[in-house]
Formats: sequence, structure tokens, C-alpha cells
Amino acid sequence: MDMNTIEAVVRTTDPAQWRDGDAWLAGGTVLFSYGSYAFGPEPLKRLLDLGEAGWEPVTVTDDGIELAATCTIAQLYSLPGSPEVSGRTWPALDLVRPCCDSFVASFKVWNMSTVGGNVCTSLPAGPMISLCAGLDGTATILAPGGTSRTVPVAEFVTGDAQNCLAPGELLRSIHLPASALSSRVAFRRLSLSNLGRSGVLLIGRLDGGTSLVLTVTAATKRPVQLRFDGLPDADRLAESIGAAIPTDLYHDDIHGLPAWRRDMTYRLAEEIRAELTAPAGETGLRVSGDFWPPAHRGTDARQISAQQEGA
Amino acid sequence: MAIEINGTVSDAEPRPGQCLRTFLREQGNTGVKKGCDGGDCGACTVHVDGTPVHSCIYPAVRAEGHAVTTIEGLASAAGGTELHPVQEQFMQRQGFQCGFCTAGMVMTAATFDDEQKENLPRNLKGNLCRCTGYRAIADAVCGDAGHPDPAGQGSGIAGPGQPDPEPGQLGDDVPAPASRAVVTGAARYTLDVPADQLQGLLHLKILRSPHAHARVLSIDTEAALKIPGVVAVFTSRDAPEQLFSTAQHELFTDDPDDTRVLDDIVRFRGQRVAAVVAETVAAAEAGVRALRVEYQELPAVFSPQDALLPGAPLVHGDKDATGSRISRPDRNVVAELHSELGSVAEGFAAADFIHEQTYRTQRVQHVALETHAAIASVDAEGRLQVRTSSQVPFLVRRTLCRLYGLDEDQVHLVAGRVGGGFGGKQEVLTEDLVALAALKLKRPVQLELTRTEQFTATTTRHPFTIKLKAGAAKDGTLTALELDVVTNTGAYGNHGPGVMFHGCGESLAVYNCANKKVDAHSVYTNTVPAGAFRGYGLSQMIFAIESAMDELAAGIGMDPLEFRRRNMVREGDRMLSTQPDPEEDVHYGSYGLDQCLDLVRDALDRGKERYRDAGLDDLGPDWMVGDGAALSMIDTVPPRGHFAHSHVRLLPDGTYQADVGTAEFGNGTTTVHAQLAATALSTEASKVVVRQSDTDLVEHDTGAFGSAGTVVAGKATLAAAEELAVRIRAFAAGIRQTQASACVLDGDAVVIDGTPVSLAELAQQAAEAGVELAAEGRWGGTPRSVAFNVHGFRVAVNRGTGELKILQSVQAADAGVVVNPRQCRGQIEGGIAQAIGAALYEEVVVDDAGKVTTDILRQYHIPTFADVPRSEVYFADTNDKMGPLGAKSMSESPFNPVAPALANAIRNATGVRFASLPIARDRIYVGLKEAGLVPKLEHVLS
Repeated sequence: MDMNTIEAVVRTTDPAQWRDGDAWLAGGTVLFSYGSYAFGPEPLKRLLDLGEAGWEPVTVTDDGIELAATCTIAQLYSLPGSPEVSGRTWPALDLVRPCCDSFVASFKVWNMSTVGGNVCTSLPAGPMISLCAGLDGTATILAPGGTSRTVPVAEFVTGDAQNCLAPGELLRSIHLPASALSSRVAFRRLSLSNLGRSGVLLIGRLDGGTSLVLTVTAATKRPVQLRFDGLPDADRLAESIGAAIPTDLYHDDIHGLPAWRRDMTYRLAEEIRAELTAPAGETGLRVSGDFWPPAHRGTDARQISAQQEGA
Repeated sequence: MAIEINGTVSDAEPRPGQCLRTFLREQGNTGVKKGCDGGDCGACTVHVDGTPVHSCIYPAVRAEGHAVTTIEGLASAAGGTELHPVQEQFMQRQGFQCGFCTAGMVMTAATFDDEQKENLPRNLKGNLCRCTGYRAIADAVCGDAGHPDPAGQGSGIAGPGQPDPEPGQLGDDVPAPASRAVVTGAARYTLDVPADQLQGLLHLKILRSPHAHARVLSIDTEAALKIPGVVAVFTSRDAPEQLFSTAQHELFTDDPDDTRVLDDIVRFRGQRVAAVVAETVAAAEAGVRALRVEYQELPAVFSPQDALLPGAPLVHGDKDATGSRISRPDRNVVAELHSELGSVAEGFAAADFIHEQTYRTQRVQHVALETHAAIASVDAEGRLQVRTSSQVPFLVRRTLCRLYGLDEDQVHLVAGRVGGGFGGKQEVLTEDLVALAALKLKRPVQLELTRTEQFTATTTRHPFTIKLKAGAAKDGTLTALELDVVTNTGAYGNHGPGVMFHGCGESLAVYNCANKKVDAHSVYTNTVPAGAFRGYGLSQMIFAIESAMDELAAGIGMDPLEFRRRNMVREGDRMLSTQPDPEEDVHYGSYGLDQCLDLVRDALDRGKERYRDAGLDDLGPDWMVGDGAALSMIDTVPPRGHFAHSHVRLLPDGTYQADVGTAEFGNGTTTVHAQLAATALSTEASKVVVRQSDTDLVEHDTGAFGSAGTVVAGKATLAAAEELAVRIRAFAAGIRQTQASACVLDGDAVVIDGTPVSLAELAQQAAEAGVELAAEGRWGGTPRSVAFNVHGFRVAVNRGTGELKILQSVQAADAGVVVNPRQCRGQIEGGIAQAIGAALYEEVVVDDAGKVTTDILRQYHIPTFADVPRSEVYFADTNDKMGPLGAKSMSESPFNPVAPALANAIRNATGVRFASLPIARDRIYVGLKEAGLVPKLEHVLS
């Protein structure tokens, strides 16, 4: 929608330019969706446009992947299978496309919307938060005065539409470490509607082939990460979830009752535990949700009926 | 750097915060539509350098230096052919109804490769359609054969006993006359008026109440009026004292007079407080922000149950019961109904099984893709001109005349093509304000509601709380039906009485039961008003009653459809609901309920076999599978008069022109009217140009609601066409000195004693003789008939997650003779999809302070392509004695049996009765858990 209170669009990447009434403009898909009052009762007056930042969207090194905040979802979606990552043994790249497909937004919106925009909007269901937190991503934040700091993405988001950014601070990039990318991963998601907004999204990672890292998003107001030495048994997993997620941390909105999100967190976590406990590629797994991770795409009866379900 | 639009470099520069959508529209590309303005619906899809984007969330400044293609330029961008192949396919397969989403659909699909077409649920989830249910869109995108095959002769699905269609006449799948305009973006909806026709256009924005109930003590307009561009501010002081209802009916006395254009008491959060008119939308918005209002907050009440309690805050305590036609303003009761036929006490005494349950239906919103919008101006003759998105232009004219003391000939109402209605546009929600401003300012004034305003400040379906008690004897007799109904009409009583009465009508009358008792109240609360919604009360009541029929059948151990067969009305049975005698003017013009039940039963059986044969009947231990059905009846015309007037004339070129009153909003009545006239005139629909919804064209039309477009307005058009046929033959006979019986209309000629004379020639001779070959037709909407729908589902429910899969969806409809089977099927598919939304997903949530929290489409999920199953649609083979050429209504009714059919299928699968809507996955899960059906987690992985 028109943001009629905007008086100027300033092309800059310098946090020193920022003043009250400003908003960083990345893809614009969130700002222009919510309008002038996107951030509260005071209308926005200027947009600080990152459109000409010229930041390399994706940089791949032996250390991992650096995603510029301005990397579009479309660019990220095309990363797996691209020359940049060919020859890398990074099984966790299998998470990229299911996470993109977890957007309720259409692929058309992905042509504009950005990784940084999704993380900074900080909604519980933000799938880039799921992806980056699930892979131990680290956010680099630029501050006015030329300083910068880094924050784990799992801690970047602090609540429903809340994050650790101070006024004027700018998310520059997110680094996904090679160690996490090298891990075997599992993905589970549930939504109240087919291909709809995530009500629960869990990512499991087997670090070093032995240690489980479980990242809970969408079900909770902010990401919750559980790290285990080794693979826990079902009881320990459940106990750990109970200890890490108090009842009031489960998100309560139209996209899922907290009681459902809670129980589904336990269920999906257990599915992930079982999947990662079994040898890689083992079939016969239960997979809740309306789409399978691409790595597990098969000609299962579930899929056939899922296709019949659509018009 | 300039923006290139469809190959031409634009010299306009976007404003800093402007989105691409409004920029493109300002440059004349009105094919770019606003459905949500938030990136959710895709109606505004355009290409930037060939890449599809949602232009409403695309910063216009980012398009500088790039090439934009809109629907208007798609064909030439693809190589200069007349139509892009996807546009061709949307025309051939009729992949649209109202057409408001079509440009976005076409622009999106035009970018698809074969792989993307393989996965439409994913790739079209960013394009919402509220009309079609997506089946026709899928066929259009993929170029699949339509249903029926448009190349085939006739459809073969309209019943073997029905007449073979002549091309372009009754029973043929005639495409919508507007097809080409719709797929090219040329069709003009309400606001698609070229700028040069609206010189000096002003924009109106509304300050809305932040309180659920308050008195407006003062409004300081000084700062607002100082804002450059602000022209005027209107408050309650400028508004007429006359109370009215936003609801529009043939008789305005059907609704309470409880509303002012601008009131000094606000009764819901979101109600109008003041209106600012300015040179630009931006200035009007700034003016709204600058208004300083002093409120005195008043106690508020949010649930109808609380509102009925003694001492509850009174929403309209200031009103006079008689003068405003409010049943008991001192108890928040707008209308009430108390009746008992027979004795339910005796009925329950005779029952072997009694079912008691409280059923609840939620607030749902129409979500017509085109939001409410209107433009008013005063022309050089001093006549008020209003262009609006309305189902009822003639009634809106009456209301404006009543409010502003004008004669009907001083007001001209026009509806362009309307982007969806579903009952939501049977209200005056914009026209009164733009008329007020235009009359005062003598300049054109436009009001366009935002999607958020649609959710927070227009109307919704009435939430019903239905305490139901029903009894059955072991032999399958329905012995008693007792209903205590409370409907929440919100802050105003628009449609409150009508929805309550109608809800308690056909839903009960479809069953023979000696003992029926109803106590119903329509109740005010300080919440967003409810209004007319597809089904008009029936969908809510049918959800309860049809759920109860399955419970009774289960209770006595009988097949639910067999139980219905034993108790449903048969042709000739007295249809009784709350009066001791049947409605005098409702008859069995035809009866196909029995056929509908059989069609659905057979289809469900076949579906079960299909799954078994394909080896897909076992979905694994997590999934519980079941089927269920529900039926519904509806009177084919609303009660108490529904009038239509049509005018058909022969044009000099030998074609016909039909002027009708009823509005086109995707319901397909334009096509139907052309076909009816063509049948009477022995020609083809393409030879009949229909003009509509313009108060200058015909005397009166009550409007396009209550599914009246075919059975009332169509009847008037048919009568006019039949009369014109008589006149043409008589004139031909006169000039050739022969008998009229020797003159036969045949296409574009009259065959006179075996010799064809072209209609063009005849028209010329008539003109020379000073004879106008034209005729009028009228219909008053009575007597009425009944139409039926039966829906069946097979579903699978996941006991671990609450996920629901629809394995099969089938609906049988008794629509009489089907004028246009493809179109009628589309109405049914669209009704099913909308009803699936209301059954599974949709809910307008109002919080404890009366605030609507689901105020954008991301918070109010309407079915996407991925949510809607492909439904089987069957027609009963009947021929109605009342309707035009045997046709019956089939617009709102397909919606009605869907939710209970789903609930019954879920009950059959799980044993759990879900009595509240929506039956969302999380609630299914919680219900299964409470019933002890969720397996323990350690058993999750076997």
C-alpha cells in the first residue's frame, strides 16, 4: 500500500544517517504491506533504501555461507544446486528450500523480500529465522558510529515481533557456519492450512554425526534451541523441551492454539529424534505436515493423496 | 530514471512512499487491481523486467530504470499477438467469475513453465480467488479440458431428461459476454474510471472510533482543515438526522432504523466518527490524523449472552422501539421469534434417543476481492451521480433519496462490473458518505475502503449460538426439534431480523416433524455489525440441524442418509418451520431432493471404491477415515416482494439489446439473461447485448440478492423477450400481409412464409413505419419454489496432529433446468470453496475490548488453491414450474450444506462431534485429545 507519510527515500547503508521516523527499506514487502504505521503509533517519515547497497547476496567460503541481509528469498532458493555450492558436502542445504516454502507468501514475493527483512520482522513464523537459527547463524549488526557487533540469530529474535536491534542498527549479514552446514538435518512443520503459515517448525541437526541440536520456531514466541551431548532418548528429549519451554512461551494467535503448538512441538521433536537416530536415508519414517523435505521426496501414498487434495 | 510501462517510457515520477500498484493505476493501467494492498492476494501482479511481483508491496521508486508489464501490455510483450495464450485459455475455460482476481492470475500463470504448472497449489497460493473455487482456474492455467468440454455439444451433465441445448440458448455453456474485457484488464470495476472523466476528484478518508461504545463530545477540526489539500471535514453535525439501516431490502421497514450517516454516539470500535475530504488520499489521511476528538466512554457489551442479561449496557437504549422497529431496545433485542408447532414435550416423550448440543458459528467475512468503493458527483443539471460497488443499485438510490430528501429522478446510480459480493454489498456503507460530500462540495468525491476497513468496519456473517435438542424414535421418526437461537447482530441491526427469521425457515421446514419449537433472539452488542452473508442465516442453522440429524441417526443406529430420507419433505408435504401454515406463495415448483441424496450417496460409494482399487484406502495408523453428508433447502426467491423490470429491443443492425436492473458480480446473470432472451427470440446469446445495474435503464430492480438474478430478473427478461418475439412476428406479418403464425424467428432473420427477411431489414422497416420493436417484462418474485443441495465428503483425520484431508467432495444440486451448466457448476464449486473456508479456517476474531484482531488477509485465511479439493458436481433432473424456462436459483445455496457435511464426515471418522466452527486442525487435535483418541507420544513411531 502507499506509505503516504513518507517524505523521502534516502539511498544509504550508513546507520549514522538514521533518525527517528526512519525505517530501513530492504525488499519493502513488509513495510509496504503494513504501511506507514508498521512499527507503531508514530508514522514513518523516511525510508533508508538498501536497494543500491551492492552487497553480494551470497558468499560461499570454506567457513560457510554469508547471506547478505539484502539477499532475496528467490536468490536463496536457487542456492542449493548452484555452482557456488557444488562440490560442498553440506547436507544441511536441504533445509533451504523447505524453509523458503514455509513462507505463506508466494514465490512472487520472494523476488523482492529478503532474508534480513524476514529476520528483522521477527515474527514467530519467520522461516528465515528458523533456517538461520537452526544452522547456528550469526548476525552481523552495524551500528551508528561505524561499530558493529554479532549476535546468534537464535538470540536476535527476543519475542513476537521483537528483536535485539537498537534504533538505527542495521542487520548487515548472517553467517551460516560450515560446521552446521556439514551436519545431517531433519525438518518438520505443521500449519493450520495447506502450505499455510507455520504453526510449528522444528529443525534438528546432528552435529558431528552424534549430537542433536533442536531448534523450535513458530510454535514459540521466539526461537528456542536445545543442545544435547549425543542423541537423547525420547524421555530425555521430552523433559528437555519441558524445561526449556514454559507454557507461556508458546505462541497464541489465530495460527494455532498454544496447547496444539505445545503438543506438536513434542511430537515433531520426537519424529526428528527418531529420524536422526535411524541411519540416513531410511524409509518408513512418519513425517507430519503438508510437505516433505526435498531430501525425502518419494512416491509415497501420502504424497499421491496430498496431490489429489489440491484442486 | 524513468519507468517504462508496457513499452512506453512514462514521464511521471513516483512519490517517495508510493507503491507500484497505485503508480501504475495513476498512469491509466486500471487492470492492476487492489484486493488486499498487502501482498497477499496477488490481484495486482505485474512483471518488472519479466519477473512477476506483487505491485502493491513493490516500492515504486525501485521500478525506476526498469520495464513494467501489466495485463494491458501482456499480449504485446509476448510478441504482439492479440491475446496472450494464457488469456486465451482463461477465456476458453472461463477461469473466472467476478474477474477481479483474473488479471493477477493471468500475469502469474503467464510466467509458469511446465514444472510450475505441475504444482499449482504451491505456485498459485499467492493468488486468491473468492468466486470460483479454483477448479476453472486450474483448467485455464493448464489448458485442460474444461468440465464440460467447451468444444462439445452441450454438457451431458444437466440430466438426461433435460432438453438438448441449441447453441447460445437454454442449456448451452455460453461464455460470459465480458470474457474478453476481463482477461485483458479492460473490464471497468467501480474505480476504473479514466481520470479525465473525473476532473477535480476529491478523496474521502474516515476517522474511526477507537472505543467500543462512546459519546463523541467534541471534534476539533481546526488543525485538519489547515493541512494543505484538505477541503472539508464532515461530522455528525453535517449528517442528516434521519435514522436508516445500512441493510437494503425492497421494504426498508424490514430492518430497524438505528443508524446515522455520522453519529455522535459510536457503538463499535471502527465506527465512523468523521470524514475528511481532500485533494489527495495522502492529505485526507493527514487530515484524519489531525482531528482531535473528545470521547466520553460508555459501558460496552461484547457477547449476545451478556447483552441479554438484565442491567447489561444498552447499545440502542436511546431508540424508540416502535419508531425504529426494534423489538426491545431496553434488552438489546432487535428481533425475536417464539413458536411451537405441536408439543416438543410430547415429542421428546416419544423419543428413544435425544440429542442435546450447543452449536456455535463464528463471524466470517465475505472477502469479496473488490473492497467497497464509491464515487459521487453532481452533474451540470444538478443531478447526483453515484458509481458504486453494489448488488442493489436501485435500493441504494432509494436510501440516498430518503437520507437527503431527493426525488428518485435527481439521483442516478450505476454499478460497474462488481468484484464479488456474497451479500456484503447489499448494504449502504460508502454511498451515503460520498453523496453527502459531493452534494455539499459539488465536486466528485471517491471513497475506497482498505482491506482492514473491510474486516473491522463493514459487515460479517451473523454469529449464531444454537442450543439444540432433538429426539428420534427407533423406527427413524424425528419426534421433536427444539431450538434456542441467539444471533449476534453487532452494533447495528442491519439484516438482523431477516437473517434470524430466514435462518429459522427452510432449515426446519425441510423436515417433517410434528413437534418443532423455536425461541430466537437477534441481539445487539458493541461489536462490528453483522449483515447479509451468502445463505442469509441458513448456513448457521443448517450447520446445527444437519449435525443433529447425524447424531440422531447414530443414536438410533440408522444410516444418516436413510434417517434423512424418512424425515425430509417429499413433494406435496407441508413445509413448516415456525408458523402453523406453510408460506402461502412457496410451492414445489419442482422437487429433486431425493435425487440429490442418491447422487451423493452413489458418488461417495464410487469414491470409496476408487480409493480401494488404487490401493490408497489405507493411509496408515495415524489416519482415521470417514464420510458424511448434509442437505439443505432454500426458497428460490426472498419473501415479501422482489421486483424486476427488463427492457428488450431490436437494434438497427438486427441484434438485440436487453436492459436489466440486476447487477453482475460474477454470478453470471449477464450470460443467463442473454441466453434466456436468445431462447425466446430463437437466436444466440452473442446476439443479445445486456446492459445492467444502471438506474436510468429500467424502472426498478430490487437487486441481486437472495439468488434472484436468474429466477426473478431472468423471468422479467424472458417475459420481455417473449413479448418482443410476438411483436416482431406480428410486425413482419403486417408488412407482408400474412398471418403471424406464418412468421418464424430464426437467428438473425424472420422466416416469413418460408422466405427469410433479415432482422436488420425488418428493424429499418419498423423505424420507417415509426414502430419501436421493443418490449418490457416485469416479475414480482412470487410465487416461489424450492431448491435443494446435498453435499458429501470423505475425509481423513490425523489422530496425532489434527490434520484434515478432504479425500472426496461431492455436491448434488437441484437447480431445475440448468440454463448454463458450466456456469452453474462454477457457482457450486465457488460456494463449496467459500464454505470450506468458513468451516475450517476463517474467523473474524474480536478481542475483549471489541477490537477486530484479524484485520488483514494473513490473519484471516481464506482458502487458497492448496486448500480446495476438486469437487464432483451433479445436477438433479427437474423442471421447475415457477422459474424461467424451468430454472431455479443456485447462487448462495451451495454454501449451506458444506460445513455440516464436513463435521459429519469428521464425526464419522473420529466419533467426535465438533459443534463449533471453524473446525481448525488445532481444535480437531484438542477435541481428539479430550476424547482420548490421541496416541501417547511413545507410540508415535512404531
